[in-house]
Amino acid sequence: MAKHTLIAYVEDVPGVLNRVASLFRRRNFNIESLTVGRTEQPGVSRLTVVVDATEAGARIVEANLYKLVNVLRVDDLTHKPSLYRELGLVKVRVTARTRSEVLQLTDVFRARVVDVDEATLVIEVTGTPEKIGKFEMVLRPYGIVEIVRTGAVAMARGHEPLSAAPPLVPTAKEEQHPDAASLSMSV
Amino acid sequence: MKLTGAEIIWECLQKEGVDVVFGYPGGAILPTYDAMTKYPQIHHVLVRHEQGATHMADGYARASGRVGVAIATSGPGATNMVTGIATAMMDSSPIVCITGQVGSKAIGTDAFQETDVTGVTLPITKHNYLVTKPGDIARAIREAFYIAKSGRPGPVLVDITKDAQQLTAEFDWEAAAPRLPGYRPSHHAPASEFARAAELINFAQRPLILAGQGIIKSGTTDAVLQLAKTAGIPITTTLLGIGAIPASSEFNLGMMGMHGEAWVNQAIQQADLLIALGMRFDDRVTGNLKTYALNAKKIHVDIDPTEINKNVPVDVALIGDLREVLTVIQPLVRKAAHAGWWKTIQGFRGDSAVRDIQSLPDSGHLYAAHVINDIWRLTQKRDTIVVTDVGQHQMWEAQYFRHDKPRSLITSGGLGTMGFALPAAIGAKFACPDKDVWVIVGDGGFQMTSCELATAEQEGIKVNVAIINNAFLGMVRQWQEFFYDKRYAATPMTGPDFVKLAEAYRLTGLRCNQRAGVKATVEKTLADKKTVVIDFVVEKEDTVFPMVPAGADLDKMIRRPKQDVMLESGSDKDWEMPAVTVAVARNGHTKASPRKTQTAKASPKPNRAVAPKGAKAGRR
Repeated sequence: MAKHTLIAYVEDVPGVLNRVASLFRRRNFNIESLTVGRTEQPGVSRLTVVVDATEAGARIVEANLYKLVNVLRVDDLTHKPSLYRELGLVKVRVTARTRSEVLQLTDVFRARVVDVDEATLVIEVTGTPEKIGKFEMVLRPYGIVEIVRTGAVAMARGHEPLSAAPPLVPTAKEEQHPDAASLSMSV
Repeated sequence: MKLTGAEIIWECLQKEGVDVVFGYPGGAILPTYDAMTKYPQIHHVLVRHEQGATHMADGYARASGRVGVAIATSGPGATNMVTGIATAMMDSSPIVCITGQVGSKAIGTDAFQETDVTGVTLPITKHNYLVTKPGDIARAIREAFYIAKSGRPGPVLVDITKDAQQLTAEFDWEAAAPRLPGYRPSHHAPASEFARAAELINFAQRPLILAGQGIIKSGTTDAVLQLAKTAGIPITTTLLGIGAIPASSEFNLGMMGMHGEAWVNQAIQQADLLIALGMRFDDRVTGNLKTYALNAKKIHVDIDPTEINKNVPVDVALIGDLREVLTVIQPLVRKAAHAGWWKTIQGFRGDSAVRDIQSLPDSGHLYAAHVINDIWRLTQKRDTIVVTDVGQHQMWEAQYFRHDKPRSLITSGGLGTMGFALPAAIGAKFACPDKDVWVIVGDGGFQMTSCELATAEQEGIKVNVAIINNAFLGMVRQWQEFFYDKRYAATPMTGPDFVKLAEAYRLTGLRCNQRAGVKATVEKTLADKKTVVIDFVVEKEDTVFPMVPAGADLDKMIRRPKQDVMLESGSDKDWEMPAVTVAVARNGHTKASPRKTQTAKASPKPNRAVAPKGAKAGRR
């Protein structure tokens, strides 16, 4: 078992997130995180799904995602050079004595303070999920009041888009009626 | 052309070539029913329960290969459809369900008869739609039909709010063409995979074809037989694959799996290559996955990529339409005979023949296997579709009714839905009015949906219902006998007088409790113009053999005992005129008489087959 990061481009229609979430529950796949947001293309959303799965299991997850009618494309970034980012907000308890220590740690993690009051600091930290986990760990002794994490988003490195979602146009005629299609094979 | 949403629904159904729909009206679907009167070309069958509508649409689809349509109202109407939709999903049956929904403004308010139907059916449909505007109806229905029938078929539900049915919109069929950029029903395996598959086939010594329902759906019986003939490969079918390969074909070994032929399961375990065609390695056909076909390489051909490596890891996967795959692979396959392998399988078979219940002399008992086999013999010359329910009778049908044509057996395989048979048979009869449709059903399953007899009566159609009545939930009782120390918890079951029930519905009721009477009963049934219900009062505690216990190794079967004390009487030489003997069995009660007690207690095992040497070799 290992972490697999899958990118799914989906049609931005009501219920699509429910379909994806339901699929994972139905097939007993283990989601670590799931994020969703808009893309450069109107009508297309992009999901980043981190699952705990074997290699074969990840292929089955991918095939099942493809089976959802609203899923346009699925990419597995696991074995490709990729960037992973997550954002976390950490509200940590501070006293006059510990405030400067916490600020120092914030610097070390290239995080920034976004709210201050007499007893707490709210710190915004971005980075890989591992980095955010580590930041949480070093702050824990001071007393974490609450923490929120967005879940990972991912993107392949390099100047070429790893893939783009296919355009949302009507599909070609022969694709609409494969039962009537001839035996033209791609082999 | 401006039409109401309700009219658009019927226009679309008509354009999709629908000639019959199965439904039940109600508040939220009323506008659609009102508009129906303008479309007399489409026949509406009023069912007695919405579950029946979905099973009828399913039976219609399986018998014809076309899309079946069911209609219901919101809330309870729609939730009653759930079992039928799940049944269609598991067995890849193309149906479109149209449900009414409360007005779009009322959604989310817990309005009267409001249920989140798209939410409820999300995991049991191939896709579903909630339509709130009349202008969206046409595209949703067109897409629903396209999705239902393409790729791996399945059920699609379209939930349409009442206001969307009432309001008007421009109806433009062409503009409503499916727009499904993410839907990929067709797949094409790469050439390298074909080469690897051909190599495996050409080098195999003990190959075996596992034939599934995909062959029926893709209409590839001839292509599969051609492959088998070229490479000398024996074929075994799944339950849903029955009929895909003629039972009379010398290449067809019979059914595999939990209640499959013993020699087939032995062959699977000893094969060095399994070629799975349009089947999905269900747990009922594999038994224990850890010991399943360990000696065999596996080639899996399926149109659904999610089936590959789901249960059984395979060596080569050919994802795509079976006809395309077989067309490409056929020229790559070398001629072979595998005489040694066939001889080995024949060896397994000989051991089974002596256990066959068909070798049993008529002792006055009425065995379900005999009833079913007799129905087959007596209807052989007719074009017959058999629809079975779920349980012991289903397995006996699979074992003793020999199907030579695709789509001649319709049964709930994946979901195992009791109550499926009667409504599915009514649907099948609408699809194939010129064929005889037989229902083989247990007394338990029949009572789940027997209300649909009224539908058959109102529609004036004829289906022949053979109730295999053992006054038990037989298959569950069998499990209790084997695995729960014969504690028959909640399996003894009473029922109405089925003859009188049929008559109450103004149909014909017949009863038969002796082998000698089967022939006359069947002939009388065939001659009757109405739907006939036959109460076949059979042996109460009979057992389906062989049996692979759930989760056990496929070749570790419970077999029909070879030597059990058996009353010996009469002769079975001429099945048409068996000697009728009322004999007293070991446990004392007269077996040939109709039973009176309906709450049977655990009694000693009834008599099993005895196989006198030289008895005519049968199939078991």
